[in-house]
Amino acid sequence: MFEELSLKLEKALKKVSGQGKLTEKNISDTVREIRRILLDADVNYKVAKDFIDKVQEKALGTEVIASISPGQLITKIIYDELTELLGGDRKEIKLNASGLTTILVVGLQGSGKTTFCGKLAKRLKESKLKVMLAAADVYRPAAVEQLKTLGAQIEVPVYSIDVPDAKRTAKEALAEANAAGCNVLIVDTAGRLHVDEEMMNEAAAIRDIINPDESLFVVDSMTGQDAVNSAKAFNEKINYDGIVLTKLDGDARGGAALSIRAVVGKPIKFISSGEKLSALEPFYPDRLASRILGKGDIISFVEKAQESFDENEAAKLEEKFKKNKFDFEDFLKQIKMIKKMGSLSSLLGMIPGIGNQIKNADIDDKALVKVEAIINSMTQEERQKPKILNGSRRMRIARGSGSSIQEVNRLIKQFGDMQSLMKKMNQRGFANNFLNKIK
Amino acid sequence: MGIFDNFNFSKLKEGLTKTRTKIVNTINEAVTGKAVIDDKTLDEIEEILITSDIGYDTAVQIIENVRGRMKSEKDRTDLNVIETVKKELTGILDIESNFNSEQEIKTHKPYIILVVGINGVGKTTTIGKLAHNYKKAGLKVIVGAADTFRAAANEQLEIWSKRAGVEIIQKGHGADPSSVAFETVQHAIKHQYDVVLIDTAGRLHNKGHLMEELNKIKRVLSKNLPYAPNETLLVLDGNTGQNAILQAEEFSKVTDITGLVVTKLDGTAKGGVVFQIVNKQKVPIKYIGVGEGIEDLQTFDSKLFVSAIFE
Ligand SMILES: Nc1nc2c(ncn2[C@@H]2O[C@H](COP(=O)(O)OP(=O)(O)OP(=O)(O)O)[C@@H](O)[C@H]2O)c(=O)[nH]1
Ligand SMILES: Nc1nc2c(ncn2[C@@H]2O[C@H](COP(=O)(O)OP(=O)(O)OP(=O)(O)O)[C@@H](O)[C@H]2O)c(=O)[nH]1
Ligand SMILES: [Mg+2]
Ligand SMILES: [Mg+2]
Repeated sequence: MFEELSLKLEKALKKVSGQGKLTEKNISDTVREIRRILLDADVNYKVAKDFIDKVQEKALGTEVIASISPGQLITKIIYDELTELLGGDRKEIKLNASGLTTILVVGLQGSGKTTFCGKLAKRLKESKLKVMLAAADVYRPAAVEQLKTLGAQIEVPVYSIDVPDAKRTAKEALAEANAAGCNVLIVDTAGRLHVDEEMMNEAAAIRDIINPDESLFVVDSMTGQDAVNSAKAFNEKINYDGIVLTKLDGDARGGAALSIRAVVGKPIKFISSGEKLSALEPFYPDRLASRILGKGDIISFVEKAQESFDENEAAKLEEKFKKNKFDFEDFLKQIKMIKKMGSLSSLLGMIPGIGNQIKNADIDDKALVKVEAIINSMTQEERQKPKILNGSRRMRIARGSGSSIQEVNRLIKQFGDMQSLMKKMNQRGFANNFLNKIK
Repeated sequence: MGIFDNFNFSKLKEGLTKTRTKIVNTINEAVTGKAVIDDKTLDEIEEILITSDIGYDTAVQIIENVRGRMKSEKDRTDLNVIETVKKELTGILDIESNFNSEQEIKTHKPYIILVVGINGVGKTTTIGKLAHNYKKAGLKVIVGAADTFRAAANEQLEIWSKRAGVEIIQKGHGADPSSVAFETVQHAIKHQYDVVLIDTAGRLHNKGHLMEELNKIKRVLSKNLPYAPNETLLVLDGNTGQNAILQAEEFSKVTDITGLVVTKLDGTAKGGVVFQIVNKQKVPIKYIGVGEGIEDLQTFDSKLFVSAIFE
């Protein structure tokens, strides 16, 4: 009856016995699977490898607490690190308190720069700022027309000139914006390849002319492995302040964002998620982390673990084990924590590479329910002082929990044994004995 | 007819080699002159394949296949391993097709080409380039501006039609795109055009209503001319990663894709995701885009494409 419970508590107890640490061996399947998940999400080959290696290195030796397996724990650590890395040093765009703020928008062809310029202008205008757009893409057919159309939709003036000279456009727009007393000037530029030296020099020259308070690199969220190369090259040339991730209304997993964060370390500042000018969103690192890891089982596991994985709680329990103050109340808490994570077997089954091994372990979740029912039928006093559990109390508990008196007796006896063992045993011995007893 | 005979093949190589990634250089160095396939070589090949966007599973599969082939090979130098990988890759792209567009153009007048894809991949630019090439081949060409949604889409296509010296049919912003397609074909029939190119708005494949709109364009075309469209080209951005697989899947559901166009291969991206797409959808890559100029469209060549991955 208590077999599954023993399994569940095993992890917590291994901690006490010093066995439950993350080792390369006990997480290798999970790590391999996560690497594949990252690659499928378009995270760059090298970045995925480095990221996992680093997290793994940091995590090795971490003690496995609460009711989580090493594979589950490393998954959670990777998810947390991913969120952290994506969201690290998150900043809003800087707007000058007085005078003109200049914003430069650069990126590869078709990434969504012009549309983003329109969106940002709309956003800033709505917060009562006087905005001007500058059409410094003088190459793409109808690029100026496109920006003008967007400007007209949101009633923001667009500065452009008749000669195809991007630098001059920028220079004149700057003077014009200052003269008109604008708060913000947003400069749209032509799409360019990072290997096109001439065009990259032009972008740098435009930057030097407007001396932007904020320069943004716009990236299509569908970008694959090459994202690292373009992001790096643009960064070397422009030293941009932040990243805009576009087309997230698609179903790409967006691993490029991790690649770029990893190689250039600039914050993601905006999310573009639609063709309409209102489709501009703030950036939530946890959502992107979930998206990169996939919406499937891994994520639902991580979310569940997130809810129930309460380190403080686990630490408190451990303390109680040590001080021999572990009562039925704590026992119940422990069970609840496990239950929150869903059925143990299905939970473990979610982790790729672990599922198969667990199937053979044949875990019966029902037995846990029984234990919980029995404890639930106890009064608070009974839970804290199991000694007072006399015959009539046990009868009542059996009836209340729909169990036989034998089942109640067995649980109480085993619990008593466990408590007395706790007193005597050294930690390793305690764990093993407990596990044997409880079966 | 030799429409694309004058294409400059060396430009692909030139474009693709403009910047060689350090990784790839290292590989080539590591690879030459070694005698046996060791794990390190295989790992390096895996890295080359994956960083070209081929995808993890496909990369693993290809390496497995190569291993199998190498078993019976006496020459196990790394150079030969690479050759074998290349052969394996080229084999995926060289699919049998009984569709010969040059033949079809001769027998269908007007010949209708519908161009589709998600936002910003290069549809309009590709249409400009195609119009130019068909025109150059002596054909009478017209383009239909069925992107009535994006800001200045009409103006953009109009500029391209002028550059190519071809006619354009357009309606106002917000007009029904299938009515633009309809009118273009009507006009082409009446005025004896040889080739009709229909530009469509960029649409993400996960947006049901937009995909339905595309399906309607296709239905209207075939109502007009039972054999239309003769070709439906799906344009993919060469920078796109694994998501392109979903794009191809979804677009294939609402239209009959006859060929792929992979654009922006003048950068450092390799476009390796197409291996899975060609393999699954059984559609050939017809053209590649290697620049923003009107001449920067090339007929696809599997050998060149594959060797660019290893450069
Ligand atoms: N679905 C979707 N489409 C977008 C988004 N942002 C931009 N687009 C579309 O993507 C296409 C390209 O956007 P543009 O803003 O023209 O891109 P760009 O970077 O200015 O392009 P170039 O100037 O040619 O380099 C257009 O069809 C836009 O409507 C987005 O967040 N979601
Ligand atoms: N470097 C390079 N740029 C390209 C290529 N093909 C297209 N572009 C550029 O990519 C950007 C988008 O091209 P468009 O032709 O407007 O793309 P589209 O698919 O029609 O875009 P939407 O209609 O907005 O969905 C433009 O800046 C083009 O100049 C190519 O082969 N190489
Ligand atoms: Mg633009
Ligand atoms: Mg277009």
